[in-house]
Amino acid sequence: MAAQSTLRNMVLCLTCVCLVCSAILGVVYAVTLDPIAEASAKALKESIGQVLPEGGEISDAMQAEGFDYYVSTKEGETVAYAVKSTSVGFGGPLTLMVGVLADGTVFNTSVLSHSETPGLGAKCTSDEAFMSQWRGFRGQLKVKKDGGDVDAITASTITSRAYTLAVSNAVEFVKNMEGAKNE
Amino acid sequence: MEFLLIIISAIFVNNILLSQFLGICPFLGVSNKLSTATGMSGAVCFVITLSTVVTYLINQYLLVPCGLEFLQTIAFILVIAALVQVVEIVLKKISPSLYQALGIFLPLITTNCAVLGVAITVVTKQFTFGGTAHMLNLGEATVYALATSLGYGLSMILFAGIREHLAGNDVPKAFKGLPIALITASIMAMAFLGFSGMV
Amino acid sequence: MSKLGLITKGFIKDNPTFALVLGMCPTLATTTSAMNGMEMGLATLFVLVLSNMAISALAPIVPDKVHIPVYIVVIATFVTVLQLLMQAFVPAVYSTLGLFIPLIVVNCIVLGRAEAYANKNTVFDSALDGLGIGIGFTLSLTVIGIIREILGSGSVFGCKFIPGDGILAFVMAPGAFMVLGYLMVLFNKYLKK
Repeated sequence: MAAQSTLRNMVLCLTCVCLVCSAILGVVYAVTLDPIAEASAKALKESIGQVLPEGGEISDAMQAEGFDYYVSTKEGETVAYAVKSTSVGFGGPLTLMVGVLADGTVFNTSVLSHSETPGLGAKCTSDEAFMSQWRGFRGQLKVKKDGGDVDAITASTITSRAYTLAVSNAVEFVKNMEGAKNE
Repeated sequence: MEFLLIIISAIFVNNILLSQFLGICPFLGVSNKLSTATGMSGAVCFVITLSTVVTYLINQYLLVPCGLEFLQTIAFILVIAALVQVVEIVLKKISPSLYQALGIFLPLITTNCAVLGVAITVVTKQFTFGGTAHMLNLGEATVYALATSLGYGLSMILFAGIREHLAGNDVPKAFKGLPIALITASIMAMAFLGFSGMV
Repeated sequence: MSKLGLITKGFIKDNPTFALVLGMCPTLATTTSAMNGMEMGLATLFVLVLSNMAISALAPIVPDKVHIPVYIVVIATFVTVLQLLMQAFVPAVYSTLGLFIPLIVVNCIVLGRAEAYANKNTVFDSALDGLGIGIGFTLSLTVIGIIREILGSGSVFGCKFIPGDGILAFVMAPGAFMVLGYLMVLFNKYLKK
């Protein structure tokens, strides 16, 4: 049966329970710290690998003009950039990893995080036709409705626009970086 | 302008009950009568706004500087539970009439996931009001919490109004009670889908 | 009651979703696909079993007036442990279920079982009770998930067998309420004693 509810008992019991719980949490936190860091590093590395041409040497994270980016080099020559680019989608921020070759053409894209509607905008991570068009995309970076060359996801123009905007921001950024280098 | 966007988005577009599914238990449990639904909504409004402000400050000035973000869940639920108790005691002292109206709902609110849900959302999610993705500041968080809880009240009261009418109708036996209420909620949720894309 | 009965009663007789009607938020929000529903059910199962065991062990020494805060601390601890473990080993699942993992703390099923069962039974029986209710919850979430996935995207567990887009409403909010409502009708008609 439950113990008596005297003040001493209650304080003692709550303190002990809190202490034990904090100890458990502390231990679990310490144990999982490394695996969590590893898991997120692995996810990032995978997405970078996906959007850059194979065989390049990938740099550490760098920052400029508010973009996080990684540079892939082959024999000292810059081949491509992987740029983390965020825009405003339908349900919230849409964050992409965009691979752009040094000449400013898109190599490939992948979605890092999004909060689009399942079954509609969320198709930007599963719709084969939409995703594959970015591989080596050439043409105007606007959805067809706005006079460009991007095939939008059916019934998800806002998501497609946001996606296109994120890609085009990344391309602009790379062009700026390359331009600054040549000056 | 930005505050207006937050308010419209939180009340209509991302209605906490009908599109985020937070706080469904009281939504189904105490929506039989309009009067109890109104009382519950009032209490929820009060507690969500207050607890969001308190948990936001605790997170900002205690957990983040100490690197203890992983304690968010446990810290927030304790703060909310304590806050509900305090509100109950204070209300009893200073406004017995308000206590009469809201009092019986207060103990239920600790386990209403809308309260913890909003508190966690505000400190972990990036929002896109005003064009760029960013974390909410204290002012925006307060407005967001207040608007979200108003949205809670709106759908709760609308739903209770419909259910009062349903009670007098002759529905098939297997549909009586919750099933027909859920199907009603489904139609309401469909209506609220019409707001999506507005903000 | 036999040990097996302790487990199986959670499947239909005391099914947390359809008979007890507890824990509606994750039931509606995370069942957009069969896989998501099942993962949410398993996460709840984990917390339910551990918290039931801890609470039944603690119950005799906890003063009556503070038993709710103690239970909440215990449950919140296990939920945080689950959060950390999921972030470390299944980060993709963690990001899909998102907010609803920390919200297991306020899932009425967990606190409900602590109050109704664990605090007056042995550790072993409480573990079985948690297991039974947890499996019942997982089953109902998976069933709702399967139905919503078939109607909404024409697939089951990600395997597409109906070409085309499906009825989108079933993936979105209205479909959640509707599927749960009609399943509850069927449950009332055929399974409830």
